[in-house]
Amino acid sequence: MSLREKLQNGKFVVTAEIGPAKGVDIHEFNENAELLKGRVDAVNCTDQQSAVMRLGSLVACHLLNQKGVEPVFQMTCRDRNRIALQSDLLSAYVMGVENVLCLTGDYVTLGDHPDAKPVFDLDSVSLLHAAQQLEQGKDLAGKELKGTPKFFLGACVTPGADPVEPQLIKMERKVKAGAQFFQTQAIYEPKTFEAFMKEAKKFGVPVLVGIVVLRSAAMAKFMNKNVAGIHVPDELIDEMDKAENKLQKGVEIAARLINEMKGMCQGTHIMAIGLESKVPAILDAAKL
Amino acid sequence: MIISELKPLPEILGYLDGDKKIFIVGCKGCAEVCQTGDEPQVLEMKQKLGQEGKTVTGYCVVDFLCDKALVKTRLFPHEDEIDAADSLLVMTCGIGVQATAAVVNKLVHPAANTINVGGSRGEWRGSERCRECGDCVLDLTGGICPLTACTKWLINGPCGGAKNGKCEVEPDVRDCGWHLIYERLKKLGRLDKMQTMPIVKNYAKMQPPKELRSTIMWALEQQETKV
Ligand code: SF4
Ligand code: SF4
Repeated sequence: MSLREKLQNGKFVVTAEIGPAKGVDIHEFNENAELLKGRVDAVNCTDQQSAVMRLGSLVACHLLNQKGVEPVFQMTCRDRNRIALQSDLLSAYVMGVENVLCLTGDYVTLGDHPDAKPVFDLDSVSLLHAAQQLEQGKDLAGKELKGTPKFFLGACVTPGADPVEPQLIKMERKVKAGAQFFQTQAIYEPKTFEAFMKEAKKFGVPVLVGIVVLRSAAMAKFMNKNVAGIHVPDELIDEMDKAENKLQKGVEIAARLINEMKGMCQGTHIMAIGLESKVPAILDAAKL
Repeated sequence: MIISELKPLPEILGYLDGDKKIFIVGCKGCAEVCQTGDEPQVLEMKQKLGQEGKTVTGYCVVDFLCDKALVKTRLFPHEDEIDAADSLLVMTCGIGVQATAAVVNKLVHPAANTINVGGSRGEWRGSERCRECGDCVLDLTGGICPLTACTKWLINGPCGGAKNGKCEVEPDVRDCGWHLIYERLKKLGRLDKMQTMPIVKNYAKMQPPKELRSTIMWALEQQETKV
């Protein structure tokens, strides 16, 4: 069953993400893919995450397909204009990639090529719209396509944003533009997520709660200071601080969060960021 | 000089849908030269709006609409007329519209598209910026330009990155444009505007016209091929 079918059948799904290598050595990527195979329902390939130049997300998705792991193609609008984006959507379909996560993307100055010229011809909402147009047999210029693709379109939302209302307004726009599922920014406070889901439920699209695995108290503090929409409460920072085996603690907290929020949503999206090898342990601990 | 051209009347009327009483603001700066916002155009607009069943509560043509301090003093005597209006129609460039929005607590609608801010930038003393996109969306954003106020020039709402109202890209120096837009629309009770944005932006009008893009050599070659 595909990710789409599982969500439609009401199965609680698990997705995880892997960042393609910075370079052409795909050993680690392959290892991580093997590790996740059979344990998760689909794997996201990030698209030049944090505006850092790497191996392409579409090629990584193709590698996953070859391994029998269902990919989610992350697409950002930072590096390509509407012509290239639509072309890559067609390419994805031809290569058997159905799931596409439409993102705006981080700004170039945050990455490793701050001198680059950012594109942002489209944004997350208009990219969804473009994909939906293609599915209807037309491109953004209204020109007919020879053969029409079919996607399972996803988008991202930040439930912990303050204020959250503009996020919800944008979420509604994303649903209207074609989003069929959402993966969220990391959440460490189930209460915040519960309040968000109360509002988001009305859109009737599945939401996968985002989990970022903690590595240390310092990492948590860093995210609190620098990453918008992420708030790690003091108790969790304390817990990490006191733990002897930090990695194990991070795994334990991730599993606990999944269990606490499982009942509120339709799946979970685990962003291990370098700790991909720990994902099976998290799933074991969460009994998934 | 800032070049602007009037939007088609149906587009303007679309903005005013639901608003019965309008106050018109014109500009004697560049808009006078472009014939988008000088007194004759303001009066013509007043008449047209009247024909469409709108009441124009008053109008004011400001010397330079890009100078916020000036706008404030010039609009002051019209306070009652502005209070009586549902919204304001501003007939000038994007900067003038933004400057007006910054000093009144009413929704402002742009009557023109800004196609070029080249040359002298008027009396512009504010923080307002215009990317001369040629298809002004200020009507939908409470008079704050998303193309210049948002680092990623998003037109469909905020990314998830703002923190304490600051932009994720330059948190020390820059407010999140979409946070400003959201706060303003909320204050005006018009958050519905955020839902009506055009999803895809047309950037064609941002390209300089052929004549300006060309070099003399290029122009000569063009002529030669024609001969
Ligand atoms: S939307 Fe912004 S860039 Fe475009 S004309 Fe209006 S003020 Fe200028
Ligand atoms: S934080 Fe705000 S201003 Fe900055 S890119 Fe995101 S939406 Fe735009």
